[in-house]
Amino acid sequence: MTERVRDAGYDDFVDSLEDGAGYYLQCAEGHGSLPPRRVCPHCGDRDLTERALPETGEVVAHTVVHVPTPRFIDDAPYITAVVDFGEVQLTGQVVDVEPDSMTDGISVSPSVSRTETNDDRLIVFESR
Amino acid sequence: MDSVRIAGVGLTHFGEHPERTSRDLFAEAGLAALDDAGIDPDDVASVFYGNFMGELAEHQGHMGPLAAEALGIDAPATRYESACASSGVAVREAVKNVRSGESDVVLVGGAERMNNLETAETTESLAIAADDLYEVRAGMTFPGAYGLMADAYFEEYGGGREDLAHIAVKNHANAVDNPYAQFRYEIDIEDALDSPPVAEPLHLYDACPITDGAAALVVVSEKYAKDHDLDAAVAVTGTGQGSDKMALQDRTTMTETPAAADAAEEAFTEAGIDADDVGLAEVHDCFTIAEVLALEALGLFDPGEGIGAARRGDTLPDGDVPVNLSGGLKAKGHPVGATGAAQVVEMTRLLRGEHHNSEYVEDATVGVTHNAGGTVASTVVHVLEVAE
Ligand SMILES: [Zn+2]
Repeated sequence: MTERVRDAGYDDFVDSLEDGAGYYLQCAEGHGSLPPRRVCPHCGDRDLTERALPETGEVVAHTVVHVPTPRFIDDAPYITAVVDFGEVQLTGQVVDVEPDSMTDGISVSPSVSRTETNDDRLIVFESR
Repeated sequence: MDSVRIAGVGLTHFGEHPERTSRDLFAEAGLAALDDAGIDPDDVASVFYGNFMGELAEHQGHMGPLAAEALGIDAPATRYESACASSGVAVREAVKNVRSGESDVVLVGGAERMNNLETAETTESLAIAADDLYEVRAGMTFPGAYGLMADAYFEEYGGGREDLAHIAVKNHANAVDNPYAQFRYEIDIEDALDSPPVAEPLHLYDACPITDGAAALVVVSEKYAKDHDLDAAVAVTGTGQGSDKMALQDRTTMTETPAAADAAEEAFTEAGIDADDVGLAEVHDCFTIAEVLALEALGLFDPGEGIGAARRGDTLPDGDVPVNLSGGLKAKGHPVGATGAAQVVEMTRLLRGEHHNSEYVEDATVGVTHNAGGTVASTVVHVLEVAE
């Protein structure tokens, strides 16, 4: 196996999140999106500017995954959540809450960790 | 505009057939459709074929010519891939092709072989219908995505696992006498509630099974049907398709499926019907919550009302709008690339009066099929009517 080639835009985004400097892209209309983007997916505007991702967001939906894909076989069960940061939402795993006590609406901060199964980079959230 | 007629339909048994290749499954369904139509196979002008995960399951791409060859047909052949809506899209393209006058006869369908893989491999294969960068790498599975949508729905409208269980119970009961169905046994509410979790709040009985199978139909122009004195009473009077952002995180809501609403509006407008005219529906219940979202997108129930439809009895065989009389994906099975075509096949049989559950819809003349891909980033809706 050759080392995985980077996905430009996406891996740059994860790098920045890992460094505590997450960002998103904003069009002139104020719509948020995540890279790689050449155009706002909501309105087609091509004028995209990097904006700082807020340090905390709110969990809007979550699921506890018990039957994973092979690359998460040693990680399950785990909580996958969609978190709202205002102009943009991000998907990751909530790592410091027990599945049974997880609820929507909690405040979390994003960072980057590694999967137990393959040591792959993973976007995670910790409650605040 | 001239209506497009369904001249013949064919299905394989839906179930576990791990040793059967998709080309063989499609040959069985396609030949059955040709026999049912009673036409000369040389008249088939094109073959449209839906398949989702052939590269992963069978190391096979370029499946269009393979599908035509399996039927002994020498005609242009194309594969359509739109995740679980692959053959719904193929049917739509066939309808448009015939309606435009380009062809008089198109054979369309789809097939999927899934049980030759381990469950974890199948889970990985199905996950590619989601956004790889932002969803799959975060551990989102296909059930996980619908788990998120169910969680968001409960949060916004209320309802819970017991409401979903009523959908599973209904669809299992509908499949008991369906010879093509994978699960031909009844379950009760407790069975559903007590089943193990897959992606909470969804449990095993909220999920469709992993299925091998194929479906096919012959669509013809009205003129061809008349000239050849075909028995083709069921017409496709409307077709619609919609798209949405791939990733759930990029949508403004997880409790609505605008791609399905757009597809329904287009199809209903073409057919000149509205939701009140719909006598029965076959909808994409890959998970129980998906049936709820489908009913609301089609306008059959208001937002927040779909969750209780099965519990109240509205969608039962003797209810106002019977839904998934075939057993749905939940109990009939979900060979993903065959599902959209299979819904049209089942609806045709229901409207012809030759289905095991036709007795419940004897007076119905309008049926709707709803076929979704991924987390409803693609949807195809068809309106079928008894034309004579
Ligand atoms: Zn914009």
